Amino acid sequence: MNDKPEKLIDKKGARLDGRKPDELRPIKIDVGVLSNADGSAYIEQGKNKILAGAYGPREVHPKHLELQDRMLLRCRYHMAPFSVQERKSPAPSRREVEISKVIRESLEPSIFMEYYPRTALDVFVEVLQADGGTRCASITAAALAIADAGIPMRDIVVACAAGKVEDTVVLDLMDEEDKLGSADVPLALMPNLNAVTLLQMDGILTVEEFEQAVNLAIEGCKKISVIQKESLKAKYVDVKEVEE
Amino acid sequence: MPIFFETRQLVTPGDLIAEGEYVAGENTYKENEKIYASRLGLVETENKKVSVVALKAFYIPKAEDIVIGTVVEVGFNGWTVDINAPYPAILRAGDVLSRPFRPQKDDLSQVLDMGDLIVAKVASYDRTHDPQLTVGEPGLGKITRGQILRITPTKIPRVIGRKGSMISMIKQETGCNIILGLNGVILITGKTLESEQLALMAIHKIDEESHTSGLTDRVTQMLKEEKAKMEENKNE
Amino acid sequence: MSSVITRVKQKQIAQLIEKGKRLDGRELTDYREITIEQGIIERAEGSARVLLGKTEVLAGTKVELGEPFSDTPNEGVLTVNAELVPLASPTFEPGPPNENSIELARIVDRGIRESKAIDTEKLCIEPGKKVFVIFVDVYVLNHDGNLIDASALAATAALLNTKMSKYQIEKGEVKLTSGYTQLPMKKHPITVTFAKIDNKLVVDPGLEEEQVMDARISMAFDDDDNICAIQKGGNGYFTPEQIQEAAKTAKEKAKQLRKKLDW
Repeated sequence: MNDKPEKLIDKKGARLDGRKPDELRPIKIDVGVLSNADGSAYIEQGKNKILAGAYGPREVHPKHLELQDRMLLRCRYHMAPFSVQERKSPAPSRREVEISKVIRESLEPSIFMEYYPRTALDVFVEVLQADGGTRCASITAAALAIADAGIPMRDIVVACAAGKVEDTVVLDLMDEEDKLGSADVPLALMPNLNAVTLLQMDGILTVEEFEQAVNLAIEGCKKISVIQKESLKAKYVDVKEVEE
Repeated sequence: MPIFFETRQLVTPGDLIAEGEYVAGENTYKENEKIYASRLGLVETENKKVSVVALKAFYIPKAEDIVIGTVVEVGFNGWTVDINAPYPAILRAGDVLSRPFRPQKDDLSQVLDMGDLIVAKVASYDRTHDPQLTVGEPGLGKITRGQILRITPTKIPRVIGRKGSMISMIKQETGCNIILGLNGVILITGKTLESEQLALMAIHKIDEESHTSGLTDRVTQMLKEEKAKMEENKNE
Repeated sequence: MSSVITRVKQKQIAQLIEKGKRLDGRELTDYREITIEQGIIERAEGSARVLLGKTEVLAGTKVELGEPFSDTPNEGVLTVNAELVPLASPTFEPGPPNENSIELARIVDRGIRESKAIDTEKLCIEPGKKVFVIFVDVYVLNHDGNLIDASALAATAALLNTKMSKYQIEKGEVKLTSGYTQLPMKKHPITVTFAKIDNKLVVDPGLEEEQVMDARISMAFDDDDNICAIQKGGNGYFTPEQIQEAAKTAKEKAKQLRKKLDW
């Protein structure tokens, strides 16, 4: 069950799942999947299965947290106990707390917070199955949930990770590459404004390799952004075609 | 000075719609001479103004708006009303009661209780306090019967139609009285259940196809067909 | 005094930065004065107190015996915790660790762990059964900006100061004997934090600069000039060019600091 693969990249440059170094995993996104949330989105990226829901703008509870001049954004990233190989306790871990914070900070620059003072926007992300790069896929889905809720935004934030696996800088790390590789660089972007709203790194990279990884992640983000926008329009485009 | 989208084309937040000396209209924003969409919707241009008709948006109160809401709390000098907005609305006792108000003696729940539906007008609203409602005008007050329907507030203008053409057509064809709350809540009162059902169907159709054209004709068509079916069923 | 910063002050900071200067006269890439004292808490196996300007952070280490993780049976265990104690700032409230102290602990942890600063294999006593467990507790005593760099310095300095007990294995049991060995350290990671104010990057933000900044970015480097950890924070964003600029500047600052501290 826990045998480590011998090589993460073979002689022909193919990764464990056959991908090339700059290739994304297959992605499927559906928007508006939950009937109660004001906005929602579901993403599958590789074996990741992640659901995001947004409620708001709505009254702030507890009231003392409300901000006089802007909306309050709250994010919760949570992994289901069955989402990983070894059951994860449902209680929020320190990792989930940190990721909730960085997700919030990646989305906030894109939202017109000042438009709705004394309200809250609550965004919930549930990782149903994890396969590396969950925080990036979560951001991609959460941004769509917020757009689906009709909240005015500057841009739809999109996220993707790059990293290093056996001397090669690669795009969109899967679980084994994340665990056994030598660096992981998750990045979130507002694509139309070329603004990076999430950037983390762990591992060992020279400054030049880091630059390569950042550029690769940005390219990956731009490709995913196209899929994001199509999935947001999908509900309406279908009906339009039926009529014509 | 280019515009990158045609009228009625679908745009997503962050899409660059126009560049140059344009004015940013609804659901857009301007940055460095560029106008971007801020909501998912259809592009609309009027002279120099570029705007987006949002497909989905929540209701933000505006003074003078007619709204339909539910009483959610009875206080000691007024009621809290849910008007389907991010802010709860307040209806003061003094506004409803014609005589002077005595907090110790008057039990407000006798006048309006939790769960009651009212048609009201937004008297005032600004960024620093919750919206205030009034029912002190003819046509406003407690609702006792009819069908309630909720649609996304951005579609209410479509239900009204150009110069009221859509809503007058529906009222005529169904014989119903229809009150459109700008907060997306609609009240239909008809002489029969069937006529109310007809009106509901018409509005559902508008809700689903609001982003297409030729809708008024199609809705009129549908109503005529459904009425004919109902006549047939009655005669059998 | 409230923690709301006045518009006048905001303007002052922005105007100074335009001219390449800051409130306390520093250049945009200057650190405040740094003082590190080690070994001040005798009950701890290692300790260090860092003063970065007026920011004060105390880190203490405790060494215990424990079990290794199943996927690294030959390695010791490192745990980093941080506390933003209420006396350090009017904005810190008592209670369980909130997202800020958790994030701080994890950033400090990453710099140490990813740079492989501690030679964790030398902490193994019996593979799969007994290892040394190193607890690093970072205690913020006064918050005047840039808790990240101050905490990272305090944690590393405390580790450098840490002594582990000598031991013998008698009849399959680990017995601690007299005498100590220094905690085996291979690297000395240094973290450099920038604040972005009005599209300019400033190193080692003070408290007022943090109150007006759009965003911050921290980068940890090992002794070989490799980046081992990065964390962007705050509600703003960075352009790709600013990120590259930060990486190059941080590499130089880390080198300078390492030389100054003689690490």
